[in-house]
Amino acid sequence: MNATAQRLAARSPFDFIFALLVLIAGGIAFSRYGSFMDYYEQAILIGAAGAMIGLGWFWPALRVFLPTCAAIALAGIGLYHGDLARAQTAFWLKYLLASQSLVMWMCVCFFLATAMFWLGVLRRSETALSIGSGLTWAAATAALSSSLVRWYESYLIGADVGHIPVSNLYEVFVLFCLITSLMYLYYSARYKARSMGAFVLLVISAAVGFILWYTFDRQAHEIQPLIPALQSWWMKIHVPANFIGYGSFALSAMLGVAQLLATPSAPLKKETKIVGYLAATVLVAIAVCLQLKSSEWFPQSGPVVAIGSFLLFAAVAILGIALNRGVLSAFPLNPDILSEISYKAIALGFLFFTIATILGAAWAADAWGGYWSWDPKETWALIVWLNYAAWLHVRLVKGWRGDILAWWAVVGLLVTTFAFLGVNMVLSGLHSYGGL
Amino acid sequence: MRFAISLLTVLAIASIIGTVLKQNEPYTNYHFEFGDFWFSIFEPIGLFDVYHAGWFLGILGFLIVSVSLCIYRHVPGMLRDIKSYRERASYNSLRLIHHHAEIDGTPDQAATEAWLKQHGFRWKTRTEDGVTLLAAKRGSWQKLGYFFAHSAIVVICIGFIIDGNLPLKLREVFGGKVAETRDLPQSQVPPHSRLDASNLSFRGNVTLSEGGGGDVVFLNAGNGYFVQELPFVLKLKQFHVEHYSTGQPKRFASDIDVFDHAGKLLKSGTVEVNKPLIVDGVAIYQSSFGDGGSPLQFARWDLMTGQQTTLAGRSQSEQPFQNGQEKYTLEFGDLRVFNIENMGKLAAQTSAVAVDQFSQALASARSVRAERNLKNLGPSIQFKLRDSAGQATEYLNYLAPFNDSGANYLISGVRHAVTDQFSFVRMPLDDDMKPDTFQRLRATLLDQRTWPEIAKRTADKAFKDGAFSATNRNQFEAVTTSVLQQFAQGGFPALEKFLVAKVPQEQRQGIAQTYLKILQGATVDAMDVAQQRAGLQPLPVDPEHYRFLMDSLVAASSLFDYGPQVYLQPVGFTEVKSSGFQLTRSPGKNVVYLGSILLVLGIFCMFYIREERLWLRVADGRTLLAMSSNRRSSDFDREFERHRTALLPETGDSA
Repeated sequence: MNATAQRLAARSPFDFIFALLVLIAGGIAFSRYGSFMDYYEQAILIGAAGAMIGLGWFWPALRVFLPTCAAIALAGIGLYHGDLARAQTAFWLKYLLASQSLVMWMCVCFFLATAMFWLGVLRRSETALSIGSGLTWAAATAALSSSLVRWYESYLIGADVGHIPVSNLYEVFVLFCLITSLMYLYYSARYKARSMGAFVLLVISAAVGFILWYTFDRQAHEIQPLIPALQSWWMKIHVPANFIGYGSFALSAMLGVAQLLATPSAPLKKETKIVGYLAATVLVAIAVCLQLKSSEWFPQSGPVVAIGSFLLFAAVAILGIALNRGVLSAFPLNPDILSEISYKAIALGFLFFTIATILGAAWAADAWGGYWSWDPKETWALIVWLNYAAWLHVRLVKGWRGDILAWWAVVGLLVTTFAFLGVNMVLSGLHSYGGL
Repeated sequence: MRFAISLLTVLAIASIIGTVLKQNEPYTNYHFEFGDFWFSIFEPIGLFDVYHAGWFLGILGFLIVSVSLCIYRHVPGMLRDIKSYRERASYNSLRLIHHHAEIDGTPDQAATEAWLKQHGFRWKTRTEDGVTLLAAKRGSWQKLGYFFAHSAIVVICIGFIIDGNLPLKLREVFGGKVAETRDLPQSQVPPHSRLDASNLSFRGNVTLSEGGGGDVVFLNAGNGYFVQELPFVLKLKQFHVEHYSTGQPKRFASDIDVFDHAGKLLKSGTVEVNKPLIVDGVAIYQSSFGDGGSPLQFARWDLMTGQQTTLAGRSQSEQPFQNGQEKYTLEFGDLRVFNIENMGKLAAQTSAVAVDQFSQALASARSVRAERNLKNLGPSIQFKLRDSAGQATEYLNYLAPFNDSGANYLISGVRHAVTDQFSFVRMPLDDDMKPDTFQRLRATLLDQRTWPEIAKRTADKAFKDGAFSATNRNQFEAVTTSVLQQFAQGGFPALEKFLVAKVPQEQRQGIAQTYLKILQGATVDAMDVAQQRAGLQPLPVDPEHYRFLMDSLVAASSLFDYGPQVYLQPVGFTEVKSSGFQLTRSPGKNVVYLGSILLVLGIFCMFYIREERLWLRVADGRTLLAMSSNRRSSDFDREFERHRTALLPETGDSA
């Protein structure tokens, strides 16, 4: 008891101000909307408030980040005056505070941050790295605020349409960007390893590219009402938990890439390089041809072609890394730190992925009549889980270290990506609402 | 360990096969997809139901055994280790620990103990031969994490086996149970394919119509099924489906009553997606819905004569059907009460100007509301007319009129093969919103007895207007009759065929236009004749009615491709819905959940509790601090520094 009191006394006053703020906000939300929630949702609200305080105390930067996002979201919500059409007319909404405007700002900031990180690594410029960090913070702020505003906007479309924005592929991609960038920011501050942003932001930029394509080509940003299977409080915890997993796995894979490029290694023979690049070019050519012509050549086997070209591109990426081992060894990237963060991220991701899968099973038991149906998504979740379980085993039990684990983390991302995207695109199943 | 990893790899690969290859499809689909040769290879090794194949369960079994052995081997040692403080560590062994520091002087014991207590250490002090060794440790739960996580795997697998189909498989092998593969009424399924209500665990499906009930569910088993008897009778009172304004489904719910076999009401309630009802340990889930056989009323139109009679039917059922001499089977499919269709983009959304398209793309990327031109086309009925040779024509007929810029139509879709798209016929409705006038017109156009009269009237008009003043009137009438005759043999396509056969290519276009004009003129006159024969007033001459006539002409032509010349116009229905339920009894569920909790707890302990041991050895005025952890990381380096500065205040010669 005494120890607890001592630890509390050691906390800064800002911790308590933050906690008070969260409690007030939670209290207002509860008193205004508590009657619309069922017990589970009320419990989630209370739990979320607790988790937020815990996170803020654990990582002080969040004491600023979370209230800022809340303030931006509230400003946006206030400007709507309950009329969704104002997103196209009111100046601040149109250019900054509507959820879609915020998403666009998020995209811009992430792209700029990526560029700054690479500049910072290649020119060894601390300034560029710190600008990159700042831009990543800005992007994360835009991402969280946009999701909050979108949540409100969904209720403006219709009281029965409103739902938390984690219900389709578009919304979870924004969530993925948010979580991955926050994890990067946490680890980079803790291990003073900003330069790893050059790699982590690459995977985020890829996700951002997907978001843009998905918005402009497929109009996926439109808010759709929830189908009955998704109308459950389980969604509020299952999906975010899953994306902490996906985010950490993506982060660790990119750190794996960084580690492979940054660990000094014997230079390859010239012939090997030439053969390697030739092979990579051929693979790219085949993959591009498949993409363009597959519907003519193999009209019957769309899924197989999709998996095939995914594997081809993956092979090219791996070949690219293998041919460029050690190329960044002179730059400020510390392989030991990278490997340690990679391990931390996988351990965290594994924990949350386990929780998410269990929550998913419990939800499935409520919605589909069985906690495990060998649905493709479930099965791939199991494969991902087994993969990282094995990774952790060889690191902890066998004491493996270094390149091999880095390679494995990279391959792990391929498996994870397939479980996350490939299953939705290629395989049909109960999870088909996450489809493209 | 190596063995376990290879098992896991096989398991993962098998699981991948299971996700790529669609599981539990009807066997005929596999035959069709892979051919007989591959089917005969895939089927015995269970690729069509990987997750229930014997070898898959075998691997799982091995995994349980291997993990159990692992626990059995490691746990006793771990328990000893957890209990032990290692207070007998020698000076040399402590110096070999990577994190150690040594100074001259002795720290204050009370301060040391207070510090250790504050940081959650527990310790033991041992004094011997002037050497005081304080051995402390914390985070012993870390080791328990291993036990939790690994036993969780075993627990979960046991739960799986209880709920999986292993018990059923064993009964198939040893208990003489055989899956039924024939399509039989439930009551005729023989006892060796029936499972009684005491079955420990099952997961099956049943579909009930509103007002109907059932006391069995069907369990899939490879190529066949089992009939599982329920401990109660399930009755569907009513099924509700609600839609969003966009037409997407919003809520599926079934009001059900559950009776025991004596007829006593056990429970009454509503089952919804995500909200199952649990009765007697059996969970009842909403899993699908459909049409449960609704009484339907039709106006039956003979398309040759325009005669109308009535017809009654029931969706999801078959009945004989006679059209003239031909005998058909009328196979009713689904009645769909709502048909909300996206009618394409609104005019405002389609812009040809490129700059506008860009700004529109931006504007649409900014808007989260989907702008869709949605329209409810009202109830529709799908059915097939199968002739005695087994050839079927499929129809999709709508009940409500479809309004297109002011004019109303009845829509009927037709296709001659299941793989085709429906092609739609739009039959225009008259001023009374009825198809009668159109039917009358078509019958008249097809009736050769009326052609001379029509041709005469058309010629009258043509020569009065002076459009064909130079032509011989008899010849004009003959041409008109011929055009009508060709049209009556197959509509516009027949007319075109005639042109292709008889007219040289260079003149064809001109002649075709003339024919079309004549036909259009003749249609107006045919309408007058039809009205006159029916004893009705002629249609007023105005643009609306002219449009009606031209639409009629198009529809009259399309109906030649309609298969049997009968149109069944839906005029009424009484909706009876059906609801599909999944019923499960899964006693292993709680076992699996218990395992899951253990698993999370275990993983948390393993990764987020660091087991640390700390030794403080005081002898001869020198103090040695050593710390070890089960995991080396930079965090631990920092941790050691913290303890060193606190416990060994004066900086000594740290090694």
